[in-house]
Amino acid sequence: MKIKKNIAISDNGFIFDSNTGDTYSLNPVGTEILLLLKEGKQLPEIQKAILEKYDSDNATFEKAYLDFISMIRQYHLTEE
Amino acid sequence: MTKKKITVAVSGLNNTDNPGPGIPVVRGIRESKEFDARIIGFAYENLEPGIYLHDIIDKTYQIPYPSAGIEPLMQRLEYINSIEKIDVIIPNFDAELFSFMKCADDLKKMNIHTFLPTHEQFEERQKSNLPDFGKKYGVNVPFSRPIFGENEIFGLTADFTYPLLVKGKYYDAYVAYNPEQVRMYFNKIVSKWGLPIIIQEFVHGTEVNVIALGDGKGNTIGAVPMRKQYITDKGKAWGGITLDDMNMLDLTHKIIGQTKWRGGMELELIKTNNNELFLIEINPRIPAWVYLAVGAGQNLPEALVKLALGEEVKPYESYDVGKMFVRYSMDMIVNLEEFEKLSMNGEL
Repeated sequence: MKIKKNIAISDNGFIFDSNTGDTYSLNPVGTEILLLLKEGKQLPEIQKAILEKYDSDNATFEKAYLDFISMIRQYHLTEE
Repeated sequence: MTKKKITVAVSGLNNTDNPGPGIPVVRGIRESKEFDARIIGFAYENLEPGIYLHDIIDKTYQIPYPSAGIEPLMQRLEYINSIEKIDVIIPNFDAELFSFMKCADDLKKMNIHTFLPTHEQFEERQKSNLPDFGKKYGVNVPFSRPIFGENEIFGLTADFTYPLLVKGKYYDAYVAYNPEQVRMYFNKIVSKWGLPIIIQEFVHGTEVNVIALGDGKGNTIGAVPMRKQYITDKGKAWGGITLDDMNMLDLTHKIIGQTKWRGGMELELIKTNNNELFLIEINPRIPAWVYLAVGAGQNLPEALVKLALGEEVKPYESYDVGKMFVRYSMDMIVNLEEFEKLSMNGEL
């Protein structure tokens, strides 16, 4: 899964879709995940990076990650 | 560089909740690095706010309504020109464009320049001709047809499903969910803009717009796509943002290239969830949100003035994406003497 090219992500979590004009705001973890996705990273690498930094476990992360992915798909932020 | 002194007359000074393009057009011209413009306002009504914005409009003259015909308009323009020596007129209302197009040759003899669409361009993009326009130029347009009487309303279900759009010839558009609402909007629009009323298929999606300027030879001098972010109850943009959308720009180039569009225009489009674009309207003039284009790096009013004066204009190749505009309203304090002067003398 890839994030669309025209999605601009600020470090503070402000997202701008320059194709639709839509804007979103993300919390810090969401921002980190979206930036990793934008770099082309996939689930295993993202999971590793987040779990190294935050106190969580694989199951909790995966559930939250899948929720997050379904949300960004719903907002057409992904290329599919 | 010394700026060239010119006199430009504009209409559309109604900077209200249904704003005319006059004031933002003037702001663009005032920001020109090439022109030092004296701005003459043309007003139809004595409460158009631009009349009283003296730092934007140098002098305002009332002009006759388009319904009065060409002769009174020309007489008035001759009088105004005898005082002001106008170089360029930029008419900004759909309803007055026909009169100015008709006067264009006579104005040229008076050394007044315009840069307007041709009669053919103006007519073929009329709302009632949009289906033929779509066919001719290979552009997606929603199905529509004109109706001329209330008796046609109940037969609409043969061609349309509800909801559908009820539109006036020049202005106004309402979404109707049943025949009763169509009848209500039909009467509302007829009393204002006359017949025909256009019934248009409702296409689901996001409304997006492009402002563009064609040089009359098929070249696009500038084009900026925008999405309305804040829409008033009249459907007007109170806030908007520039977009990065190649499909919208390609469509604009295609339309201007094929029609050899001359002058300013606004494309009103619906972008569906599948990213398909449907053309719902072409406004044959600069839209009221033109200052967003200026702010994004394309001074289209300045370019329009240059085209009108016969100067060479290099097409704009880029603009800032994600540039926004947010309108505001402000109370001006006006002395009764000013209102009196305009009402009694027709000029201020």
